[in-house]
Amino acid sequence: MNTEPLWREEVSIHAADERYVNRRQFAKFLVLTSFGMFVGNLWILVKSWLAKKTFYPVQPVARIGEIPVGGVRLFNYPGPNDPCLLVRTAETEVVAYSQKCTHLSCAVYYSRENGRIECPCHEGYFSVETGRVLQGPPQRPLPKVVLRRQGDQLLAVAMDLQAGEGVRNA
Amino acid sequence: MFGYEFYIDPERCIGCQSCVNACAECDTHRGTPMITVDYLDRRNSIATVPAICMHCDDPTCAEVCPADAIKKGEDGVVQSALKPRCVACSNCVLACPFGIPKMMTKLELMMKCDMCYDRTSVGKRPMCATVCPSQALAYVTPERIARERREKPTNVFQFGNETVTTKVYMMVPPGTQAVAVDVIDFMWEGAQA
Repeated sequence: MNTEPLWREEVSIHAADERYVNRRQFAKFLVLTSFGMFVGNLWILVKSWLAKKTFYPVQPVARIGEIPVGGVRLFNYPGPNDPCLLVRTAETEVVAYSQKCTHLSCAVYYSRENGRIECPCHEGYFSVETGRVLQGPPQRPLPKVVLRRQGDQLLAVAMDLQAGEGVRNA
Repeated sequence: MFGYEFYIDPERCIGCQSCVNACAECDTHRGTPMITVDYLDRRNSIATVPAICMHCDDPTCAEVCPADAIKKGEDGVVQSALKPRCVACSNCVLACPFGIPKMMTKLELMMKCDMCYDRTSVGKRPMCATVCPSQALAYVTPERIARERREKPTNVFQFGNETVTTKVYMMVPPGTQAVAVDVIDFMWEGAQA
């Protein structure tokens, strides 16, 4: 019969025992870490359930007559610190994107000669039609501002983060 | 590991303190000797004895350590306290039957002889044994000690009813099985009577 107390196993005077991990300790470690992972994931899930849907305000941006074809207009949407870029690409075609490059948030600009949106920092190019990445380090498309026309007035109504997603050969 | 064992022969000790100075030169604890040369009965005798860690098979210092700071390696060497763990409680100092651990109050750390672990673990001799002129401290093979010494080595110590076996050997007269120590004999009150 083993008369050694139970704590002897955990607190041994032998240096070698300290480095030795027995099956029970390993199983304990596995169970506890997976339980921790489970709780963490559960927390993320509950948090996403409880998260409120983002509310986008309706905001007048510009009158269509103010901007020439190929012209741009800067505005802030949805908040006062979110710079956006409105481009009139054709007589009837108006698009707007967030001005923050999805790589490192440099301000992008519209290049009329190349017909695309360019980021000067690392030469990231975005399609002006959809906002998808044409080249460079950005991994995600530019968030698109959903516009609505009300007579002559252009209204920003929402942000579409996935506008350029899935559009490969636009 | 390399076939060497540590032998102490107090009879040979001349009290020259060479071991103390050699120990203090070691880089791992520079300036602080981990060995002491004790006078046994200074009023009546010039007899001295070097005190190094005996590296008990069941080290009491490690047993009583509440912080799990003293560890014994597979080679039988009881290491000095681990700096990150030692809480300077002095339990080991009080518990050691040989009186070896020293509390370094300024460092808040117990330090003791670890048989020059940096040297003996690579097959070199401990500092004290290399300098001892009378070889009262000898780090040699058992064959050599049997050939060259009349005394016999023993590593069994009897403290009352407690038997302590150690890695380090003490040279005793032939026929002696164990070094028996009656603690009462060595108490100061006893000496007066």
